[in-house]
Amino acid sequence: MKPKFGVVVFPGSNCDHDAYYVTKKILDCETEFLWHKDTDLKNCDVIILPGGFSYGDYLRTGAIARFSPIMESVINFANKGGTVLGICNGFQILTEANLLPGTLIKNSSTKFICKDIFVKVANHETVLTKNVSKNILEIPIAHGDGNYFIDEKGLHSLKENNQIIFQYCSDNGEISDKYNPNGSAENIAGIMNKSGNVFGMMPHPERCSDSTLMKSDGFLLFNTLIQNIIK
Amino acid sequence: MYKATIIIKRRKSILDPQGKAVEQGSKLLKIDDISEVRIGKFIELNIDTSSREKANEELDKLCNKLLANLNIEDYSFTLEEIK
Repeated sequence: MKPKFGVVVFPGSNCDHDAYYVTKKILDCETEFLWHKDTDLKNCDVIILPGGFSYGDYLRTGAIARFSPIMESVINFANKGGTVLGICNGFQILTEANLLPGTLIKNSSTKFICKDIFVKVANHETVLTKNVSKNILEIPIAHGDGNYFIDEKGLHSLKENNQIIFQYCSDNGEISDKYNPNGSAENIAGIMNKSGNVFGMMPHPERCSDSTLMKSDGFLLFNTLIQNIIK
Repeated sequence: MYKATIIIKRRKSILDPQGKAVEQGSKLLKIDDISEVRIGKFIELNIDTSSREKANEELDKLCNKLLANLNIEDYSFTLEEIK
């Protein structure tokens, strides 16, 4: 049986309906919106923290959303092994909630960047990437604070535990400063926690999951997720 | 009642793109002797606690958990007694 998805809606979320559209209409999975003031996760199997500007990005991105009532339930859910995917602002919230290490700071260029980029799948042994046949995915980014920062010790730990999932690269997989859009450490575009059940990524797979848009590499990720998270 | 003045600074080792942008802006003004610009946060608030110790304790909690991200920032604050 396919997993049930929950898409959290914070004030200022703006990719919540895109995520809902993909899981409900494209993947044909039962999906519920989860309001930030609620605490009930409605028996969802996968929780998505969508992109946007929760609480206007006031103070720091994700800093206030992290204390929403729903986040207490999401943190408990994640700590019990539940699958959580944070996309863009969702990734920022997950780092603020200490469910993922590191911090997303301003892009090194100081500019908001909105464009299609390439990421290399650095770890194929996760529920999000296991059955993805491609090594390089083309996915859009849209962020002002996507510069992934982590201290040396943390970076060493990420590498040692294979927690880096996506790295910005060229169309043929070259990973270098030239293909790093925002200044992220080691070109990091996405990571997971040590247990492999909490994922954060800056690129937006939900914006490239419908084949009518001509680009659908995001679908590969969602599709592998539903194959690996079986109810 | 106390008035707290809180300053949050980005750690020296962390890139500060906003500071860099301001530094570049200063050059557009033909002010060429500016360097090491760092942008932080300045927060004022009132706190009504029974003692200074209690105020310190609550402000530490507030800064640690909400106002500052200790991965990238340091904070400091001063307290002034008000009526």
